[in-house]
Amino acid sequence: MEIHAYEKLWLALALVLIVGFIGTITYGAAGAGIEMIDDKGGTVDPATLDDHPKFGDPGIEKTGENSYDVYLVARQFVFEPGTSEPLRVPAGSTVTFHVTAADVIHGFDVVGTNANTMAIPGQVAEFTVRFEEPGEYGIVCNEYCGSGHHVMEGSIVVMEQSEFDSWYAEQNQEGEN
Amino acid sequence: MATAAGNEPLFVERFPDEAAVAKANLLVAFVALGIGAFFGLVQALHRTDILRIIDSADYYTLLTGHGVLLAIVFTIFGLAAFFHWATARSLDQPAVSTLFSWAWFGLMTTGSLLASVAILGGLVPNLGISADVLFTFYAPLQAHPIFYIGLAMFIVGTWLSGADWFLSYRAWREDNPDERIPLQAFMVLTTMIMWYIATVGVAVSVVFFLIPWSLGLIESVNPLLTRTLFWFFGHPIVYFWLMPAYMMWYTVLPKLAGGRLFSDPLARVVFLLFLLLSTPVGIHHQYLDPGIAEGFKFIAMTNTMFLLLPSLLTAFTAVASIEHGARQRGGEGYLRWLGALPWRDPAFAGMAFAGLIFAAGGFSGMINAGMNINYLIHNSLWVPGHFHMTVGTAVALTFMAAAYWLVPQLTGTKLYSRPIGLLQVVLWFVGMVFMSNAMHRAGLAGIPRRTAEPQYQNFDFVTPIGSIFELRVQIAFGGLLLFLSVVLFLFNMLLTAFGEKSERPVDEFLPAPLSGPEGSPRVLDNLGLWTGIAVVLVILAYTLPIAGIIQNGGGLFGGGLPVPVTVFPDVELVKTVLAGALAALAGVLL
Repeated sequence: MEIHAYEKLWLALALVLIVGFIGTITYGAAGAGIEMIDDKGGTVDPATLDDHPKFGDPGIEKTGENSYDVYLVARQFVFEPGTSEPLRVPAGSTVTFHVTAADVIHGFDVVGTNANTMAIPGQVAEFTVRFEEPGEYGIVCNEYCGSGHHVMEGSIVVMEQSEFDSWYAEQNQEGEN
Repeated sequence: MATAAGNEPLFVERFPDEAAVAKANLLVAFVALGIGAFFGLVQALHRTDILRIIDSADYYTLLTGHGVLLAIVFTIFGLAAFFHWATARSLDQPAVSTLFSWAWFGLMTTGSLLASVAILGGLVPNLGISADVLFTFYAPLQAHPIFYIGLAMFIVGTWLSGADWFLSYRAWREDNPDERIPLQAFMVLTTMIMWYIATVGVAVSVVFFLIPWSLGLIESVNPLLTRTLFWFFGHPIVYFWLMPAYMMWYTVLPKLAGGRLFSDPLARVVFLLFLLLSTPVGIHHQYLDPGIAEGFKFIAMTNTMFLLLPSLLTAFTAVASIEHGARQRGGEGYLRWLGALPWRDPAFAGMAFAGLIFAAGGFSGMINAGMNINYLIHNSLWVPGHFHMTVGTAVALTFMAAAYWLVPQLTGTKLYSRPIGLLQVVLWFVGMVFMSNAMHRAGLAGIPRRTAEPQYQNFDFVTPIGSIFELRVQIAFGGLLLFLSVVLFLFNMLLTAFGEKSERPVDEFLPAPLSGPEGSPRVLDNLGLWTGIAVVLVILAYTLPIAGIIQNGGGLFGGGLPVPVTVFPDVELVKTVLAGALAALAGVLL
């Protein structure tokens, strides 16, 4: 089969480009340690979500010195927590999110960042985010979820550690009473 | 220009029945184009808050209509018209049974009508029929059963259309046992094999899960499973849209440029690569899905990157063939030959613009395919920005440009107006540059796609250059130009169809390639072998992920998830509609 010399050169360059792309992504995953959303979050029964030990009362909980777990439920058309009250996290902390959906498929996107996942009924998306500075972020549902999809939003407030600690203590007292 | 075969009678005279079937397919495609484009205009004005004439809840009804009418009805009826023409033309024989051709056309049309009724029913409040589930119909969002039933009928119709072209091929093969498959027929057959493999996913999803579920026969579905089955089909459908456009770029564009195709064997290799790699990549639409292990996403990413190869090869061949044409026309220099091309011919200019935008769309697609960068743009407006360059221009504009050259062969009438045609393709190009560029930038700013009102209480979007307002204006303005372009196109087509008969309305002769198929290995034409390899690749890519989703995600039916949205009680109506559809089909057949 006759292949023109320029065509061979082009073919070679195309292959270099492709292998190069795969190389950078492999480096991102293996070298720089960028994690993908995968199956490590496990599954949950969406029919009994309200009775679930974590998702039944979603929110933030302290798991270590500077580390926290957030359990978050997306449902038509709110994030719990996030919409009726902001999700509060301390600055300089490492937060592991566990996100699921109660009814249909939703999206969970921290606006302007790559903290972005699908929220699928029955599945738990698990990913870890570091919040460095105090400030505010928006949360937006970026998967169509029904007629009120465009109102589904929320916010994350990154607080000073001391401020967060007193809020957190207050929350837990209320919970115990 | 080639005049060697100038005395051949026109396609419509040689194959009147095939021309009639192709015209009917184009008619459905163009009606869908008109309605879908109008919805697109309403959406562009609504989401940018320039003009809101509908409720935001109805936005999603129009968006579903826009997606289904343009990405399913317009594209696939267009494909059927081009493939029906190309099969008869390249094998130089009519279809085996005209009745059978009308049967698949009737089934596809009936299915499209049912799905459209379900979708547009959403605009009538008390009807009790709706399908506001968008083009992807992710469960547990639920549509009326006739949406899924219409979709299933449509898919079966496409299967039968493929059978039609395979029957033609078989008849041809009996008379030509040692010939190489003519290039256009080869493209039709490989594309249809890809389609048969790809549609297994959506057929299983719709027939075994979504139809029984929407009729209330099963209680729930596994949302990740039906979503994965959708994308099993949802990526190869991209190539199903693109392959007829590629066929036009390979076999018609070089002639319009004044030359001939550079290499027939390379064209075959490209179509085979698409057959092999189109399907085992669907998981790249699910990089952000929980419940799918990273390794499977990595495999899909690698396959996707290799899928760049046939498109990069096509870019080479298309440009080389065009340059050859320009030099035949007296063009010289490194780049000055560009000026020697027939830019006043809307068929040529449209395809050339489509190719140019496709190059840009290809680059934004490489970003999408990048598993880690994807997290920044997933489900943002970047993504519709990307696919309005690919399916929305590389495919749609090529189809429209090709129609300027092909429709006169089917009707025997001259194109009504070349200048209006030229204005139309230029308007599309300019409109798309405005709209898709702004969409890409808006996506980088984090603005989500598929949203009626991307204006929020808790936060504002920021863009590093320009302003969000400026992006909105560009999207709305681009959308307006695109709609005007469609109006001009449909107007031109209508007047062409009702124009005066002409002996030679267009030069339909296609010259042989510079390098013919003779020198290429015969194994390229061994369709059985390539089908086998394609199936093995799909099994390798999908068996484990799907097994994992079923095993870990609550089984086949998702473990009793309550149905959260409208349940449609009117199953009686469905039965009536089905009976009507069958009667209509019987009418077509008899």
